[in-house]
Amino acid sequence: MFTNNILSIITWLPVVGAILILGAFKKDQNALIKKFATAWLALDFVISLWLFGYDRRTGGMQFLEDHQWISAIGARYQMGADGVSVLLIILTTFLGVLAALSSWKYIQKREKEDYVLLLLLQTMVLGVFSSMDLFLFYLFFEVSLVPMYFLIVIWGGENRLYAAIKFFLYTLVGSVVMLLGVLKMYFLTQDLAITTKVSQATIGLLAGNDNALRMVNSTVQAATQSGTGSFNIVYMQAIGSVIPMGTLQVLLFFAFALGFAIKVPMWPFHTWLPDAHVEAPTAGSVILAGILLKLGTYGFYRFNLPMFPKASMDEVFFGKFGVRSIMIFLAIISIIYGALAAMYFVVKKDGDVKKLVAYSSVSSMGIVMLGLFALNPNGLNGAVMQMINHGIYSGALFLLVGIIYERRHTRKVSEFGGLSHVMPGYAAVFLAMAMTAIGLPLLAVFISEFLAMRGAFEANPVWAGWAGLGIILNAGYMLWLYQRMFFGEIENEKNKSLLDLSGREWVYMMPLVIMSLWIGIYPGPFLRYIEKPVNAAVRAIRPNYPIPGQPPPATTSAPTITTTSAPVQIKTQP
Amino acid sequence: MYRYIWLVPLLPLAGAAINGIFGRWFRFSEKLIGGIAVGTVALSFLISLTAVYSYGFGGEARWPNPYVTTQTAFNWIPAGAVKQTLGEGDTSRAIAVNGQPASSVTGPASLLNIQWSCQLDPLSSIFMLIVTGVGLCIFVFATGYMHGETGFYRFFAYMGLFMFSMLVLVMGSNFVMMFVGWEGVGLCSYLLIGYYFNKQEAANASRKAFITNRVGDFGFMLAIFGVIATFGSAQYTNVVSQAAGYPVETLGHWGLMSWIALGLMIGACGKSAQFPLHVWLPDAMAGPTPVSALIHAATMVTAGLYMLTRTNVIFQHSQTMMLVVALVGAFTAIFAATIGITQNDIKKVLAYSTVSQLGFMFLACGVGAFVIGIFHVMTHAFFKALMFLGSGSVIHGMHHEQDMRKMGGLKKYMPITYMTFLGGWLAICGIIPFSGFWSKDEILWNAASTTHIPLGWLVWLIGTIAATCTAFYMTRLVAMTFWGEERFRKHEHGMEHEGHAQKKEHATSHHDAHVPHESPKSMWVPLVVLAILATIGGFVGISTAFTGGKEVGWKMNIVNWLDPIIWNKETGQFGKAEEGKFPPNATPLLGNEGPFGANTSTAEREQLLSQARPTNGEAKAHTGFNLAHAVESKVGSETATEWVFIIISLLVAGAGIGLGLLFYVKSPQLADVWAARLKPLYEASYNKYWIDEFFGWAITRRTMDLARGVFAFDSKVVDGGVNGSAWLTRLTSKITGGADKYLVDGLVNAIADFVVRLMSPIVRAAQTGLTQNYALVMVIGLLIAVAIYFVKSL
Amino acid sequence: MFQEASRTSTALESIKHPDLSKFLVIAAILFIIGVAGVLTRRNLLVIFMSIELILNAANLNFIAFSRYLQDTGRGDVMSGQIFTVFIIVVAAAEAAIGLGIVIALYRNRETIWVDEIDLMKW
Repeated sequence: MFTNNILSIITWLPVVGAILILGAFKKDQNALIKKFATAWLALDFVISLWLFGYDRRTGGMQFLEDHQWISAIGARYQMGADGVSVLLIILTTFLGVLAALSSWKYIQKREKEDYVLLLLLQTMVLGVFSSMDLFLFYLFFEVSLVPMYFLIVIWGGENRLYAAIKFFLYTLVGSVVMLLGVLKMYFLTQDLAITTKVSQATIGLLAGNDNALRMVNSTVQAATQSGTGSFNIVYMQAIGSVIPMGTLQVLLFFAFALGFAIKVPMWPFHTWLPDAHVEAPTAGSVILAGILLKLGTYGFYRFNLPMFPKASMDEVFFGKFGVRSIMIFLAIISIIYGALAAMYFVVKKDGDVKKLVAYSSVSSMGIVMLGLFALNPNGLNGAVMQMINHGIYSGALFLLVGIIYERRHTRKVSEFGGLSHVMPGYAAVFLAMAMTAIGLPLLAVFISEFLAMRGAFEANPVWAGWAGLGIILNAGYMLWLYQRMFFGEIENEKNKSLLDLSGREWVYMMPLVIMSLWIGIYPGPFLRYIEKPVNAAVRAIRPNYPIPGQPPPATTSAPTITTTSAPVQIKTQP
Repeated sequence: MYRYIWLVPLLPLAGAAINGIFGRWFRFSEKLIGGIAVGTVALSFLISLTAVYSYGFGGEARWPNPYVTTQTAFNWIPAGAVKQTLGEGDTSRAIAVNGQPASSVTGPASLLNIQWSCQLDPLSSIFMLIVTGVGLCIFVFATGYMHGETGFYRFFAYMGLFMFSMLVLVMGSNFVMMFVGWEGVGLCSYLLIGYYFNKQEAANASRKAFITNRVGDFGFMLAIFGVIATFGSAQYTNVVSQAAGYPVETLGHWGLMSWIALGLMIGACGKSAQFPLHVWLPDAMAGPTPVSALIHAATMVTAGLYMLTRTNVIFQHSQTMMLVVALVGAFTAIFAATIGITQNDIKKVLAYSTVSQLGFMFLACGVGAFVIGIFHVMTHAFFKALMFLGSGSVIHGMHHEQDMRKMGGLKKYMPITYMTFLGGWLAICGIIPFSGFWSKDEILWNAASTTHIPLGWLVWLIGTIAATCTAFYMTRLVAMTFWGEERFRKHEHGMEHEGHAQKKEHATSHHDAHVPHESPKSMWVPLVVLAILATIGGFVGISTAFTGGKEVGWKMNIVNWLDPIIWNKETGQFGKAEEGKFPPNATPLLGNEGPFGANTSTAEREQLLSQARPTNGEAKAHTGFNLAHAVESKVGSETATEWVFIIISLLVAGAGIGLGLLFYVKSPQLADVWAARLKPLYEASYNKYWIDEFFGWAITRRTMDLARGVFAFDSKVVDGGVNGSAWLTRLTSKITGGADKYLVDGLVNAIADFVVRLMSPIVRAAQTGLTQNYALVMVIGLLIAVAIYFVKSL
Repeated sequence: MFQEASRTSTALESIKHPDLSKFLVIAAILFIIGVAGVLTRRNLLVIFMSIELILNAANLNFIAFSRYLQDTGRGDVMSGQIFTVFIIVVAAAEAAIGLGIVIALYRNRETIWVDEIDLMKW
């Protein structure tokens, strides 16, 4: 029961918590609500640690669940996670606890609603990472906007309405376009001209293991029997990979890509991010930067790359420019542009620290995109690790900004200076995180930046060169920010009596520092979780990529995984 | 003993962690903090010493097997599959490195696993000894120098962290570990330069140092990527043996090796402060003086040299890059030396002298004398650390005065500092038999006689002039500080220097003592130790001219010691590969199998080697006019030629010292006269050729403008587009809304209005509001219903 | 039902078991009078009385049918009676409430003439 439904339990537990809060607590029991919500999220985190039992040798989609849902359109309640999802799910539950902890003092009004929304948001995001059905995925993907919207609109800063609506509409535009793509893909699963081309070997490669393959096959079989299409993600990936290169493939690619690129956000779709961050409360920023942005890159990893391998590889479709060239171009622009725009907020006299961190996120996520579209194991490994690391360091930086904002009610760089004198602990943690952000070795981001850039170098040395430029700039603005905030004498009277980190603040900062060090010093365990899925993804895109230890796939159509290509075991669901 | 070398970097780290985490909380006493820091460094020095001894001389000596890697490695980054996109991906041409199997890498693809392991080889052993040995002296010195600072614990935490990073840099067994140390020392340098973080200039200098280094790191990182893409591994053992098999890219041929070497060179320029990335080093003097001694003279800045020597096989494969290295080194040497002549801050003079000496080391590498470059690293570490510490002692004695114009005549007050400083002075000037002479003379000799690059004579000429300048400004420094009249009485003490604000007791307790005083024991003992080393340290690399053309001392001679890791262009082998030179018991470490295992017979091995040897006969190609050959043709033997150059270099050193004595001792007014006479030159030198201003204008300002521009673009154009589309939507909605309101709704209303006007009188009449009327209607309706019922049923 | 009643009637029987139609006619007359009263009278009290007439007309019908069903031996005889009792009770209650409303109305508007009470128009 527990192992069979672990993903559902993790996903829906926060909603149960939200209902409990709504039902069992009165409005004035704020102190209790805080503790309960935090404890509940901690419980979810502890349960999610169970996912570390993911079988790294087998790889593929695990923790499968399959239930009848909307039979009229063939949508099923299917859950499953591969190594990448596992890491992201744990990151989500981890940051959820910290976000709740950081709200204890920051949120002063309507506290009950705040924690309810946080819990709901958790469920939505967790659902995104664990869905194996595109319909379910899309549902979670869309609904996650709503709690975030309210978090910004109720507890935000001065300009919160503008920011929230911008955030909501912008992402909605993308996902509506994506919906068109989803529908087209759905119809393609019913198109015999396409479906007959899908081989068991392809599905097996994408599913990763026998159990998952069996589930996909039974889904397809059930769909065929009832005359509907299927929303199964693995099957859709297989479908997409046999669509011939051409306008359809490219259009579908861009339909999905737009939805995800806005979420990432890639230049030039990024402008909602700084506004949303500046207005959002600390917890909102942490979740937004730490997790919601990953929905975009996760989408690219889960959908665009394996589903449209031909488009992803393409470099000639628009004459000298191809789909991949466009994505790489945007990624590189994001890296450099985000860094330069972030620098503006230290160049400017009274820049906003939060905006700086927001723009640095644009830069960081550019690295993820670069790694993804390097389309080799190093690049993908780096991209996935960068997702995790960015969650850690940007979450930490937003928490740190929140801490100083609670004390001073301002985020302007010019208001600070010399904080090292009064807040040495805060300065030390900030330094650790700033150094993580600029990719100092033995801290987390180095691993991911190194791998992503190495992957990019393998694809094209020039790309790595441009990305390296962005990394120099990163160091520039981060150190400058650090200098302006912490070095020098205290000139502002208000800063003289600032308190150093409190016990609660240490409690939620230290795990992030420790994680940064852990991933920096010993990333092996994490990399091994994603090794198989990443290799499979690379193989799905580039069948001939040489991976030592794995035989190159036979060029003939003889399927290599034949164990289940014989009459499929149909697990009939009523 | 070499099994425990992994402890060498970890011990200082442990010390740093204890001091950093607990030093503040538990209010450790200075003695305890200093004890922990010095103790850990001393322990790792001892381990290094024994490890190097057992590696080179003990019963189971491994030398000259160049690579001994710890067994305690763990797989740091299992990075996954790598396609060797560059190079030939062909390892069959890899050659053995002194008996070590060539390479275990297979095919055009490999699994990239970045190991975390330490390695002991001739090069890293020298660096380990320098770093821990000189580091120990400086740590001891610092316990005295930093006495009374509020940030005492913080200082030693950073210093310990630095030691860790530096040792990782030199002991790592692959490029990525070197990069870890590389960035780590950058961080520590940042923290230590910015130690007095309440001072704006220190904060600025620290940031400048870090970012300039980042530019270098950028090149280094790309070079690492290039290495991995070419060789499928970052492990030195794999890279070096494979690289040896590539053809040499002669002058004018720009290929893969040149690209990699270029990236490495950019990295080395950043870390070792070579032109044009030298700008950070003089500013870095804002840090405490022990930091300047340890990081910015003895160890960190020589990391570039370590890298160049470590990758000498790659550099030697690109003649173009060798020439670039030599020219950059020579230019930096003369460039910094000319600036050093006019500076007045004692630490600034030493800083430019460091830049200049680093130029000499690059010059040495560029002309192919990597070993001599490392030799100079070592002697320079001795005498420059000595001089920095000496200057620290002077600054300490002068109550934090750094301006040499306010010193003078200090030899009376600080005799020990003075005596030790003299040792350093003579060493850097290149006076026989002080250590600096041996290395500098070898560098110039190698420049003159190089066959690696053309233009050796030019490099030699520049180097000789730079050496003259060095002797001159160092004499000036000694004269202005220790000799002559006592100018310090005339001036108020500039107490604003070096962290006055952070001094608690020190400043107050000595404030009234205006007379300079000798430093405490903890400070002069390291000075004496370093002075001894600076005096006699050069004998490990004694010139062959003095020993009848032979390299004496066997392993004790640094040239022989380092030889196994230097690739020989002529033979395509590592080391000089002379018959019988190396002991036959140089057994392979990785088992007996494989083409270079112990089971393979000598003949087979020889055959394999001859196959593997690259056919790069043209690499030897004429390198133009060769000064040494020209001289040799005049004087006969090579030894005689060497003597000619020794005499020349002694003469120029003497000339520099003589000029210095003339200008600053005999007739001090001459300096001002000549400064006025050569005013443009003097101004240029005094203002450091306006390089900082130029960079500030051309790079920093422009980057800031770019940032402003990007943000303006972002908010106006990109976000403007977003808001514009929102505005457009609103506009459309207004139009359609208007149309809806006035057109569609208007029509509907018009019709409704018409109907209402027509019908309302009738309807209104029915609405009497009287219950009875309604009841009547109901009844009538009922009646009608009944009537209909009846009618229908009829 | 009319045909059925006439078929079984004799003189004696018609006294013992009076013809259903007579009751119905009287009830109808009462009902008409009531309705006419409700529709035409302007005094609320009179209208109330007229409503009572209507109700009683219904009562009469119930009783008549009850008796008729008892005679013919078909169906449940008691329900008609029970209904009547209910209606009387409800009518009493209604009268009480109605009179209350009338009093409230009078206090508010000082009239119980219905043609002056036309609030339903607004």
